[in-house]
Amino acid sequence: MKELILIAIGSAIVNNVVLSQFLGLCPFLGVSKKVNTAAGMGGAVIFVLTLASFVTSVIYKFILYPKFDYLQTIVFILVIAALVQFVEMFLKKAMPPLYNSLGVYLPLITTNCAVLGIALKNVQNDYGILASVVNGLATAVGFTIAIVIMAGIREKIEFNNIPKPFRGSAIVLVTAGLMAIAFFGFSGVI
Amino acid sequence: MNNNLERVYNGLIKENPTFILMLGMCPTLAVTTSAINGVGMGLSTTVVLILSNMLISMLRKIIPDKVRVPAFIVIVASFVTIVQFLVQGFIPSLYASLGIYIPLIVVNCIILGRAESYASKNPIVPSIFDGVGMGLGFTFGLTCIGIIREIIGAGTIFNVKMTELREMMGTGAGIGIGVVILAVGVILIAWGAMSLRKNGTAPVKIVAIAVGIVLVLLAVVALLGQLYTPVTLIGLAPGAFFVLAVLVAIMNMVRESAEKKGRPLPAAQGCLAGDCASCGQSAACGKAPAAQKKDEA
Repeated sequence: MKELILIAIGSAIVNNVVLSQFLGLCPFLGVSKKVNTAAGMGGAVIFVLTLASFVTSVIYKFILYPKFDYLQTIVFILVIAALVQFVEMFLKKAMPPLYNSLGVYLPLITTNCAVLGIALKNVQNDYGILASVVNGLATAVGFTIAIVIMAGIREKIEFNNIPKPFRGSAIVLVTAGLMAIAFFGFSGVI
Repeated sequence: MNNNLERVYNGLIKENPTFILMLGMCPTLAVTTSAINGVGMGLSTTVVLILSNMLISMLRKIIPDKVRVPAFIVIVASFVTIVQFLVQGFIPSLYASLGIYIPLIVVNCIILGRAESYASKNPIVPSIFDGVGMGLGFTFGLTCIGIIREIIGAGTIFNVKMTELREMMGTGAGIGIGVVILAVGVILIAWGAMSLRKNGTAPVKIVAIAVGIVLVLLAVVALLGQLYTPVTLIGLAPGAFFVLAVLVAIMNMVRESAEKKGRPLPAAQGCLAGDCASCGQSAACGKAPAAQKKDEA
């Protein structure tokens, strides 16, 4: 139990997926203009990343592990792409309200390197299935924290008078750098 | 042959993936903590890019249009796995420092982007050269950023301490060489900036400026020697964001002046431009603006 909590805090805050591992930068920069959109994206990432961590670690443990573990990159990327498609179709049929709030973000996640990155990290760190799920969930929560904070800051940045070359993504990167410094403060927690 | 050289020039300079197209920013931020990592990552990506471009171009008439993206992904992932094991086997130290970012080459925008926009439409030989050019351009970009971050952040270059470098060359000669390098760097920057102002842009000037900045930094840190205190922040995660922000800002200025002169640069295509149209998965990414529009409505 203690181990799981350590994993959770570690991947959600200390080694934040965006700010210290640079995974999932695309949605972090692209979908962080408004807090609502950012929260929706965060929700979709939590959903998919948890599910994908579970599915990939099950596949790794029971199919790939002793003999075929060199296939992990190929299998994982295909499984993730298929999974996201499947989740989208399933939500559309079975849970229209949830689909309406998350659906538009789902296709964006297929190409999110965070999902593949976390699946590979789970294998690299020898996490069991439960630990993998916890790691995936915590990483996604970390992503949501980062993107929502970023969206909040960006809504305020709109009103500022920024030097012209820095408008657009440059100022967002500066903000991300400052956030990364802030998150550095957590590095002593574990 | 001319056409092939043109592909290499195109990738290396005219549509440099790091400086001009701004593709593949995840690895750019993550692995450029030192020059050697930048070179390693760049060359691994180059190998994958050449091989996948070649195979995709060979199979371009066989792969049905509807399943082309999954097919491309399988091809790229296979080559990435091969490269991963080669690096792990032959250069374990590089594998240790790049770690998870080698398998993540699979989702690098540059590779699927080139597969989709070039290799799937062109014959084999030009596709291979396109891979060579784009890969070397990416390597060049990563190495430049890596050198800059390593010099500022640790006071070393390719793991050689700058102070040692100077002692090796003898103090007097070292200072002389340092001053010469400084002068060359300043001249390159000045030439690049002047001709950018005067007659619009050729991307080669941007490359000249990048090399100039590296040389100037190198000379200044080497000349300062013991007096220079490394700014460790630049080597750490936040520094990556700051370095990239400065790069984007500089490119914004260049772009604006290029547009004024009526010779615009190729548009940035990566996430920094806010869309992933070049990404091979553009079908999926196209829904991103829809998501934002829905929210604004």
